[in-house]
Amino acid sequence: MRHIISLLMENEAGALSRVAGLFSARGYNIESLTVAATEDPTLSRMTIVTSGSAEVIEQIIKQLNKLIDVVKVLDLNDGKFIERELMLVKVKATGAFREEMKRMCDIFRGRIIDVADGSFTIELTGSGTKLDAFIESLDKAAILETVRTGASGIGRGDRVLKV
Amino acid sequence: MEQSSKQLTGAEILIRCLHEENVEYIFGYPGGAVLHIYDAIFHQDKFKHILVRHEQAALHAADAYSRSTGKVGVALVTSGPGATNAVTGIATAYMDSIPMVIISGQVPTYAIGEDAFQECDTVGITRPCVKHNFLVKDVKDIAATMKKAFYVANSGRPGPVLVDIPKDITAHLCAFEYPKTVQLRSYNPVTKGHLGQIKKALKLLTEAKRPMVYSGGGVVLGDAAEHLIKLIQTLGIPITSTLMGLGGFPASDPKFLGMLGMHGTYEANMAMQDCDVLLAVGARFDDRVIGNTAHFLSNPRTIIHIDIDPSSISKRVKIDVPIVGDVKSVLADMNELIAAEKPKQNTAELASWFKQIEAWRGRKCMNYAQSTELIKPQYVIQKLHEVTNGEAFVTSDVGQHQMWAAQYYPFDKPRRWINSGGLGTMGVGLPYAMGVQLAHPDAQVACVTGEGSIQMNIQELSTCKQYNLPIKVIMLNNRYLGMVRQWQEFFYENRYSESYMDSLPDFVKLAEAYGHVGMQITQPGDVEGALKEAFAMKSRFVFLDFITDQKENVFPMIQNGKGLSEMILAEEL
Repeated sequence: MRHIISLLMENEAGALSRVAGLFSARGYNIESLTVAATEDPTLSRMTIVTSGSAEVIEQIIKQLNKLIDVVKVLDLNDGKFIERELMLVKVKATGAFREEMKRMCDIFRGRIIDVADGSFTIELTGSGTKLDAFIESLDKAAILETVRTGASGIGRGDRVLKV
Repeated sequence: MEQSSKQLTGAEILIRCLHEENVEYIFGYPGGAVLHIYDAIFHQDKFKHILVRHEQAALHAADAYSRSTGKVGVALVTSGPGATNAVTGIATAYMDSIPMVIISGQVPTYAIGEDAFQECDTVGITRPCVKHNFLVKDVKDIAATMKKAFYVANSGRPGPVLVDIPKDITAHLCAFEYPKTVQLRSYNPVTKGHLGQIKKALKLLTEAKRPMVYSGGGVVLGDAAEHLIKLIQTLGIPITSTLMGLGGFPASDPKFLGMLGMHGTYEANMAMQDCDVLLAVGARFDDRVIGNTAHFLSNPRTIIHIDIDPSSISKRVKIDVPIVGDVKSVLADMNELIAAEKPKQNTAELASWFKQIEAWRGRKCMNYAQSTELIKPQYVIQKLHEVTNGEAFVTSDVGQHQMWAAQYYPFDKPRRWINSGGLGTMGVGLPYAMGVQLAHPDAQVACVTGEGSIQMNIQELSTCKQYNLPIKVIMLNNRYLGMVRQWQEFFYENRYSESYMDSLPDFVKLAEAYGHVGMQITQPGDVEGALKEAFAMKSRFVFLDFITDQKENVFPMIQNGKGLSEMILAEEL
């Protein structure tokens, strides 16, 4: 099952490689991994999208907690949460494509953030599945380039991951 | 005030940190990046530096110093090849959870990343095999980093911690102040076990029909032997131990069923498979211990697991009653609870359980065919036990001789059996003996090895001479890489691919060349006399080359993929 794991860790050189190294050394899957400093510059917040059986996820959480630099770990799937990912897609915008792309962008509530003679760059935010759906609905020949940030997640309501 | 504002170099600060930690020995090898540090060592005499002949040996010696004393082992190596040579030693300590602090030199900060001479990414290379590591980038951080390193290494589940220090940092100046305490918001290991869980565990254990205790290295590392003995004696239940846990419970006690696992005793493995309540203490259900996991689980039992590391619990086997905590503290709580509540036990069932165990013991799985012509390796170990009154510190290398030492030298005390259980590193035996002998100068120290393993760190014969270490090397020389040969005999139809050792040196002359005493023993009748003669030379390093039966195998044996109760015994072949 797909799980989104959030963690806070000391914002120190090499911290990211400790996490990445753990996943590769123990053969755990990483679908995506995003990391940036928080409002407290000494802490980094990381979101890892992974998958595995309940036992594997339990081990992943334990192994992450075991890393000395990791302050807190939360499996977002243990409660309600919101997931968002940002995607930038450069698409062909010539002839009939030009109108079609604008229409698709509106349907998915994206924004065109760059316009050139032959192309548009569309910004789209949403869950991973929404971004997948957008890609699916485009004519493959029209896609010039895509770039995705990987998921970020946060608990709903009072659910807070903080030191 | 005057004192604390005095400016010291980074190297001097580092030495002061080691003094603050009451370090007695450091094991190391100098080189360019650590020259400032070595100069600072020259100016002090609070700790002794042991100069090895290869960095790997420095790590192993520091590791064994720790294993035999419980203190943190300290090693010092230079950048680049010094650090890469140390990696095997670090990984060995990591796999067996040994507390160590390793200081490695690094090229100057301004040269990092420029492929400088003797540069390597030491923090990157060692990351997967340390508990934690640090790169110190400012002289002001040395003291706090060292304090953290010692704290992290020796708390929670122990392990090696590496501190990488660039050369320029060791020359920079700063005032020295050693932090009195250390607090890490991201690291707060649990020590006390959950009392509710402990109660639950005790209830299960006392109500069990066929209880069994399986103790591991955690009992030795956690100095919990005394509490474990009390628990077993009060409840009167059987106990087995992993390779790493030997000595955690006295082997001479009738409740001790011997080591379990791939080369464990028949009675230990059968009881482990057949018990209805299993208490695992500081052990981790390793593949060499429980054999085929599915087969192990095919017999239903309730499992209680005490471990300091939450990630060890339910890693390979699902645990019914997990207790996260320091084994010593948890066992002490358990003993207190027994004293207070005096729980009733299932005595009739327990008696019939022991009757069953005695029947298994009756198979006498450790018997072997004695010979009047060939020296049997098991016999050498038995005689070693006799000659040393069972009180020696025994280090071993890795292979058949390691298993025979574990099987035929019953340990009654913890920290006496020093070997590489997790990583299985050939070549540890001699440097391990060095670390042990330095820590216990008056003790009898035996290094049980083979002609394969000993050659992986043979250069340390020179170190032993320099520091007059009266180690006794017990080499079981069968001219084969014995364990490899045994597997090739069983699983590869006797195709002994590259497992025969040809062109061996004359070990007697080799020992003599290094200034030691060498002896070669070829007759079974000479074994005891040679051992007595060697141990009588209390101030000399003696190298005993026992020419043993080439084809002897280690039994019992559980083949790869087989279950605990599917052992091959010697008599069956």
